[in-house]
Amino acid sequence: MELKPNIPDGPIEKKWDRHRFEMKLVNPANKRKYTVIMVGSGLAGAGGAAAMAELGYKVKCFCYQDSPRRAHSIAAQGGINAAKNYHNDGDSVFRLFYDTVKGGDFRAREANVYRLAQVSVNIIDQCVALGVPFAREYGGLLDNRSFGGAQVSRTFYARGQTGQQLLLGAYQALERQIGLGQVEMFPRHEMQELVLVDGKARGIVVRDMVTGEVETHLADAVCLATGGYGNVFYLATYAKGCNTTAIWRAYKKGAPFANPCFTQIHPTCIPVTGEYQSKLTLMSESLRNDGRIWVPKAKGDKRAANEIPKEERDYYLERMYPSFGNLAPRDIASRAAKRVCDEGRGVGPTGFGVYLDFHDAIERLGQKKIEEKYGNLFEMYERITDEDPYKVPMRIYPASHYTMGGLWVDYNLMSTIPGLFVLGEANFSDHGANRLGASALMQGLGDGYFIIPYTIGNYLAREKFPAVAADHPEVRAAEKAVSDRTERLLSIRGKRTATSFHRELGKIMWEHCGMARDRKGLEHALGKIPGLREEFWKNVTVPGSGRELNQSLELAGRVADFLELGELMCLDALERDESCGSHFRLEHQMADGEAKRNDEKFCHVAAWQYTGEGRKPDRLVEPLVYENVELAVRSYK
Amino acid sequence: MKLTLRIWRQKDAKSKGAFVTYTAEADEEMSFLEMLDVVNEGLIQRGEEPIAFDHDCREGICGTCGFVINGRAHGPRERTTVCQLHMRSFQDGDTLTLEPWRADAFPVLKDLVVDRGAFDRIIAAGGFIASAIGGAPDANAIPIRKENADLSMDAAACIGCGACVAACPNAAAMLFVSAKMGHLAMLPQGQPERMDRARAMVAQMDAEGFGTCTNHGECEAACPKAIRMEFIGRMNADYVKASLTGGRRAAGSEGGSG
Repeated sequence: MELKPNIPDGPIEKKWDRHRFEMKLVNPANKRKYTVIMVGSGLAGAGGAAAMAELGYKVKCFCYQDSPRRAHSIAAQGGINAAKNYHNDGDSVFRLFYDTVKGGDFRAREANVYRLAQVSVNIIDQCVALGVPFAREYGGLLDNRSFGGAQVSRTFYARGQTGQQLLLGAYQALERQIGLGQVEMFPRHEMQELVLVDGKARGIVVRDMVTGEVETHLADAVCLATGGYGNVFYLATYAKGCNTTAIWRAYKKGAPFANPCFTQIHPTCIPVTGEYQSKLTLMSESLRNDGRIWVPKAKGDKRAANEIPKEERDYYLERMYPSFGNLAPRDIASRAAKRVCDEGRGVGPTGFGVYLDFHDAIERLGQKKIEEKYGNLFEMYERITDEDPYKVPMRIYPASHYTMGGLWVDYNLMSTIPGLFVLGEANFSDHGANRLGASALMQGLGDGYFIIPYTIGNYLAREKFPAVAADHPEVRAAEKAVSDRTERLLSIRGKRTATSFHRELGKIMWEHCGMARDRKGLEHALGKIPGLREEFWKNVTVPGSGRELNQSLELAGRVADFLELGELMCLDALERDESCGSHFRLEHQMADGEAKRNDEKFCHVAAWQYTGEGRKPDRLVEPLVYENVELAVRSYK
Repeated sequence: MKLTLRIWRQKDAKSKGAFVTYTAEADEEMSFLEMLDVVNEGLIQRGEEPIAFDHDCREGICGTCGFVINGRAHGPRERTTVCQLHMRSFQDGDTLTLEPWRADAFPVLKDLVVDRGAFDRIIAAGGFIASAIGGAPDANAIPIRKENADLSMDAAACIGCGACVAACPNAAAMLFVSAKMGHLAMLPQGQPERMDRARAMVAQMDAEGFGTCTNHGECEAACPKAIRMEFIGRMNADYVKASLTGGRRAAGSEGGSG
């Protein structure tokens, strides 16, 4: 199969305008005749559902949480980028575009990134209109801060709870449409299967997580906005419920999975403390505006942080990357932390930690100012570690935080399955091999508020949708697949819990497909995962029944899918025999340890197509062409 | 440390529930939910049903988690959700009683899991600013006083967990409702719908079966995000004003002759 990105012709700054004009429209009176399914209620999902409902489409929205307001977009802390140039510091749509392409280490599609930078401006306007209480200066105008990979201040924020406030804005717009009857909301419903009729996405099969009922919902198009798959590592900054099931079902129904090995390891998370640990907590990148990262110069220096004099500290990011300093991009900062810890200079009880120190900032700005900027983050840190970061430096270490890979989509955000759209973190399109800070919120809302409302109409207007009967063979088959799978999970009655398998998979992935990868490790992981999966299907134990609220069953289903996805990630990482952005192959590095790309062989998107159980998937390729940003070595020095 | 747990077990919304006693071993670095994870892993391995409890982000922001520990919503530590509560807040040998949020408007679904759909319906009734997506003016077109933006943010920090309802002797939802009204009423964008919003949200709150505020202040004490009762005062002021003006709109707002 050929991947057709459907990028409009013309100069990059005219593509989206031109495409919007050329799209077919659905007459306002006809919109109500179409039903669209939205799976997920985060920024992309809630934003898209609300925007489409406002246009007049009937929308059915699903989420696994008990309320759409709880989607994991809510946990984003630091901010959202927009090329507003309110501070006259040289920002522009082109600069945001340029920074994002460069930050992604030249593995993102130019046209999509440019469009994202264009709509970034509208996103901020929209959010303010919906009542998002962004931080303001005394003059009443919006405040900004800086994030990694940029030399301008373009990040808008609402204390340390930007994701929460943006999501509440989208959630309230969604609830308004629910109140008006334009959106039907299904909380505590988890998508289990995609229904294809005549090759088009026409519905989903879901499990009601309270009653266990398996239900089919039919529609004219299906949008997946189900977030990332970083919980494959078990320990991650994701919410516990985040999973790959929806996109994995779509993959197994034929939608190619692009760049699965591009996963972001965020540099500033609270380190692991013990075996029982269930998740890792992020400390916002915004802290790197004022915090200085360091480790002792000497190996095995066990002195307390404040007993180590300045000249015996290594502020390694400032030393290695003088022009970006502590605001080097995430992949670079994470690898640097791993390197100093591997050298034996890590801090804290496990030796896997580095200091993020606010001492100088508190001296310069005063504790009150720091409290105003980061108070809730400092409090969260104190709750978890029992240490006061106003007095002692934070200890941080990298953790799985975001996935740049996802289902392959064209310029219209449609996968290769007609009528299957994929939004936000669930798709692969905008961040290449590394995402810059404060860009995930931008992409989620951009896709939801400003892109899907246009492209969905263009699809609906061009196609015919004969009614699908509730007992259509495809519907019956999808329902049966769901019931059979549930039955199978419940009937094994083995000896190990789903969590124990998840933890074991996570260790394999972290060790061999995490911050640094090599052929040997990846081959080792590819040898181990199928065995673990086989054991899972023989030895997992899931108590209870399928006809009730059963959290063990929910978890087991998700772990089963992670056990398949993990293998695909390793395969993708193995075949991409270069380093780029987050994907760091030890075999391919510069003399100074930076990622060494191979543009001749790998300047492309690798999208994997499912070919059947137990068979190697096909690796499809979408070549990437850089016409507006010169393909160059990424440097932050 | 060793703990005795008395936990509310209830099969589903229709069944009667009861307390069941368990013992748990914990380490003080663990979070409270991690302690329960370990208990559940043991139960599953013994072929017993694990304890159902809601949780998701485990960083205190999604508002999914929450139950009552020894009579206090989210447990003993102030301004802390149960997922952020760590075992170092307890002593070896403690007996802890865990039960779900108790309120008619929050029916128990299973064990410690309740249905908080009533909160969503209150928001759907009026907890929003109706601004069509795509038609917004420039974000800096209307300056907002920093103090107002900050106060709005104080209220907007609500995570919708329901602890305020669980803590209130009247099972009132007024802290939750007033936080949303306060968030929007502090902003210029929230003014056009302000009175309609007050009426609609309060009507829905009553319809859901929540009680009325009698100034106990338990809600503020239990709130993990330190939402202040001052917002209830502001809400009451708006509601009285909205009620006195009835359903009438200001003259001239009915539109022209076009």
